[in-house]
Amino acid sequence: MSLTGLFLILFLIVHCYINAQIFYNDGGVRFNEAAHFMGTNFVIRTVELGLFAFLILHIVQGLLLWAKNRSRRSVGYTVSAGNKTSPWYSRSMALLGTLVLLFLIVHLSKFWGPNRLSQTTGHGELPLYNMMKEEFSNMWVVVIYLCGCFALAWHLVHGFYSAFQTLGMGTHRYKGLIKGTGVAFAIIVPIIFALMPIAFYLQWIA
Amino acid sequence: MEHYNMNLTLKVWKQKNNKAKGAFETYKVSGISSEMSFLEMFDVLNEQLVAENKEPIAFDHDCREGICGMCSMYINGRAHGPWHQTTTCQLHMREYKDGDTIVVEPWRANSFPVIKDLVVDRSAFDRIVAAGGYISVNTGNAQDANCLPVDKQRADESFAAATCIGCGACVAACPNTSAMLFVSAKVSHLALLPQGEPERKSRAVNMIHQMDTEDFGSCTNIGACEAECPKGISLENIARLNREYLGAMFSGSKEA
Ligand code: HEM
Ligand code: SF4
Ligand code: FES
Repeated sequence: MSLTGLFLILFLIVHCYINAQIFYNDGGVRFNEAAHFMGTNFVIRTVELGLFAFLILHIVQGLLLWAKNRSRRSVGYTVSAGNKTSPWYSRSMALLGTLVLLFLIVHLSKFWGPNRLSQTTGHGELPLYNMMKEEFSNMWVVVIYLCGCFALAWHLVHGFYSAFQTLGMGTHRYKGLIKGTGVAFAIIVPIIFALMPIAFYLQWIA
Repeated sequence: MEHYNMNLTLKVWKQKNNKAKGAFETYKVSGISSEMSFLEMFDVLNEQLVAENKEPIAFDHDCREGICGMCSMYINGRAHGPWHQTTTCQLHMREYKDGDTIVVEPWRANSFPVIKDLVVDRSAFDRIVAAGGYISVNTGNAQDANCLPVDKQRADESFAAATCIGCGACVAACPNTSAMLFVSAKVSHLALLPQGEPERKSRAVNMIHQMDTEDFGSCTNIGACEAECPKGISLENIARLNREYLGAMFSGSKEA
């Protein structure tokens, strides 16, 4: 869980950096360059296979873990502690992860899927920047993206810290640093992602 | 604090044995003093039940001073009730007001089957300790105590971990019924000291293995255990246990 989760976090950093190229507001020149590199470089495409393997592993492990843990208290409490002893998001990782997954299915079917299909059928890369512009002119698409970022943020608030704790790094010396970095990461990265559809929708970038 | 008496409604889990299906039973108690402990309130109720020729409620208790860990009760959704770092025997009735309703349940975890009413079987913990919670001591004359230097910080951390009383509140409070806080306390207090060094690796592996055999859930770092632990055992111990376990695995230690 921790290793696959951390790998997905690394992916988020790269993905966020590449996509943030749209904010140069240069009509997508830099973004398309970066996307072209990512979409055609042999090494990147190989790592992409690993990314899918890790994503699926993460999802399967996560859901199995959730099912296992739920099965260990056959008779539940009538009165439960709720948020008094733990934050809600730490108890909702499977739900938040599933929301992220639903978002991912929509997201991949809009950009990654059609692009790879076009590439493998010999029609070349698709104009991703223009596709973004078009997709994000639809308010409902923007709303789905914002919900995806929201779920991801809460998943990361717990996930970032949890991964390091699982690897044994949650000592008194580092715990504050890990929690702080995790919260900062969980706020900053999803906000940058969320700004992309918003920027197109509100025509901050053309 | 002003002393007062109160009348209460109690909803207590009654269950004949581990096969039976339990259910809540409602009781009324009156004239409970604000200076009684929670267990003394149960004593009053049980005396009343005996006088009425009814069966008293079975609950675990021993020291009644917060050190034995027996008094498992899940009170209004909280392990050992609402007070921070407090066992049920140390919870006092001044927490409650006249007319309150209190729901009392047993620890609920498949690894802690109910024996009767509020009494659960925590022998899974004993088996985990038996799997690795020991050290080798040479026979013969006792060594001079000062020939094994112990770093002050490690000694303090070891002592803090050793205060775990094996009450099981961590498992009861954990949404996953994980026993990691308990196991981490038991591994930590030995792993931090030179006396614990010889079995350090096999201990982590064996105790974790026994924990899994006992069917406890897996830790997802939620932290409800630390919030409810009457002895303030820190999640840092779980990080240490993870390090001990990973270290043992990388060095190829096997279960003994
Ligand atoms: C880009 C997307 C994702 C990232 C960056 C991510 C990251 C993480 C991280 C860092 C953890 C903590 C690992 C640990 O506790 O050791 C975690 C846990 C978890 N993830 Fe994800 N995740 C993502 C997507 C998903 C998806 C799609 C699911 C689908 C169901 C999912 C389900 C889970 C579950 C159930 C846990 C629970 C483990 C726990 O409570 O600690 N995640 N995730
Ligand atoms: S770690 Fe705390 S809650 Fe768990 S058994 Fe020990 S004293 Fe009880
Ligand atoms: S009865 Fe011993 S700790 Fe409560």
